[in-house]
Amino acid sequence: MSDEIKISVRNLNFFYAGNHQALFDNNLEIRANHVTAVIGPSGCGKSTHLRTYNRIFELYRGQRAEGEILVDGENILSPHVDVLELRRRIGMIFQKPTPFPMSVFDNVAYPLRLHFKLSKSEIADRVEDALRGVSLWDEVSGKLKTSGLALSGGQQQRLCIARAVTAAPEVLLMDEPTSAIDPVATLKIEDLILQLREKFTIVIVTHNMQQAARISDYTAFFYQGRIVEYGRTEAIFTNPSNPKTEEYITGRFG
Amino acid sequence: MARTMNISDTTVDRTFRIATGAAAVAIPLLLLLFIVQLTWGSLPAWREFGPGFLIGTEWDPVAGRYGALPAIAGTLLTTFLALLFAIPAAFVTALYLADAPPVFGGILSQALDLLAAIPSVIYGMWGLFVLAPIMQETIQPFLSETLGLGRIPFFGVDGDGFGFLTAGIILALMILPYISAVMRNVFLMTPPMLVESARGIGCTRWEAARDIMVRYGARGLLGAIFIGLGRALGETMAVLFVIGNISEVPTSLYSSGTTIAATLANHFAEADGVLRAVLFALGLVLLALSLAVQIFARYYLMLTNSSRGEK
Repeated sequence: MSDEIKISVRNLNFFYAGNHQALFDNNLEIRANHVTAVIGPSGCGKSTHLRTYNRIFELYRGQRAEGEILVDGENILSPHVDVLELRRRIGMIFQKPTPFPMSVFDNVAYPLRLHFKLSKSEIADRVEDALRGVSLWDEVSGKLKTSGLALSGGQQQRLCIARAVTAAPEVLLMDEPTSAIDPVATLKIEDLILQLREKFTIVIVTHNMQQAARISDYTAFFYQGRIVEYGRTEAIFTNPSNPKTEEYITGRFG
Repeated sequence: MARTMNISDTTVDRTFRIATGAAAVAIPLLLLLFIVQLTWGSLPAWREFGPGFLIGTEWDPVAGRYGALPAIAGTLLTTFLALLFAIPAAFVTALYLADAPPVFGGILSQALDLLAAIPSVIYGMWGLFVLAPIMQETIQPFLSETLGLGRIPFFGVDGDGFGFLTAGIILALMILPYISAVMRNVFLMTPPMLVESARGIGCTRWEAARDIMVRYGARGLLGAIFIGLGRALGETMAVLFVIGNISEVPTSLYSSGTTIAATLANHFAEADGVLRAVLFALGLVLLALSLAVQIFARYYLMLTNSSRGEK
């Protein structure tokens, strides 16, 4: 695996409406084709941090980010960036599965129709590829026309990952993707994340430290809007250098 | 002191249950009574003209011959026009309001609700004194001649400002606040995470609204349309002012005509004998139309529910 830097966060500060500051001078380098876990207690800013990478926070009034987020060297916080193209390049998976109210097939085909001009058969091929890629094809190939809402929670989440993947992104942001999923389905999604690492750069927010230890290569520990510690996951979990990190991973608060 | 259960308590309970139960039963009973009464009152008309009454076009009080087609066709045409104008306008209004800055959006929503509070007779007067002249002098000539739409059959060439198009526009204004208030609530109920995932995939605002919010809220949006449809079908006063009130089947958008509600309002004062029965029959038709719309709406919603695969 390469050690190329995919995303470089520099002096990121974030404010909610009313100038309420939620992130303080975040600096972070996300390596390409690795899984980076973002951990920390509730309200520490880990989701907020993730939501700056695709500028999804801009849907809400009064939220703003200052500083730089370089993706392949380009500052994506710059007003000149094409946000729609940015969001195609940086996909997002949410805490709860968010299948669109349409068929399984149309869910996965949606980004294809939105971003690319493809023939019907190309779309069908790519939808199948994507569903195979998330190990969902065997389960849903007979019911591509049924509603995506009719699948189980774990299947819905894998459907959403397949949908994110068809947009041909470079980075996948996952905001506690298994928090609403049962343990067996969670393991399937964790396996999937490890496979997806081959093709994508993955940043995952999780409140589950075992999950972070199982699937991530790097871990960033957030506390009160600051990045307290960042390094290789083994190092963070076996030999944290900051006492706060140690307290958190040993379960003394959180 | 502990409260003990005694006879008067249970009596109060029972009285309360009977009172609320009676009120609840009274509603379907009232509906049933309306249907019985209208059917009973209209019997002489059905006996006189038979089912052909529904497609009869004559309206001759002197000869005592009546047909319902002009009123039925007029009702359907004005309602159709009203929905045609109101739905897109209400849709974009609701979409804006659902996403508007809090204070400004709040003021606009209040103003929209106030629009619904204007008595229909005011709309009628406005239609008669303001809209009709504008229609005659500006809008109708513009549509027919400048845009050349007059060459389309049924569109209409020379208008006097009254008629179906004018009535349809007024009706559209009247039902707009109802439709868009409900649509706005439907849009507001879309889960933020669903909107985020659409926008997160690279949708524009419009694409997210068109592809995700509309589908998600399809049932609510349809419900909003049916609320407007129900109102447009039965609206009387505002239509009465601008429809022209002649019992003729529509020949163009500019032609004068009538609707069921307008016919009823126009003739009840003088009605006796068979005309009275005819008016009851028209009332029955209007009630049947409204009920059919409601029943169809519910049936359709059930169908779409199962095809969306919801549990």
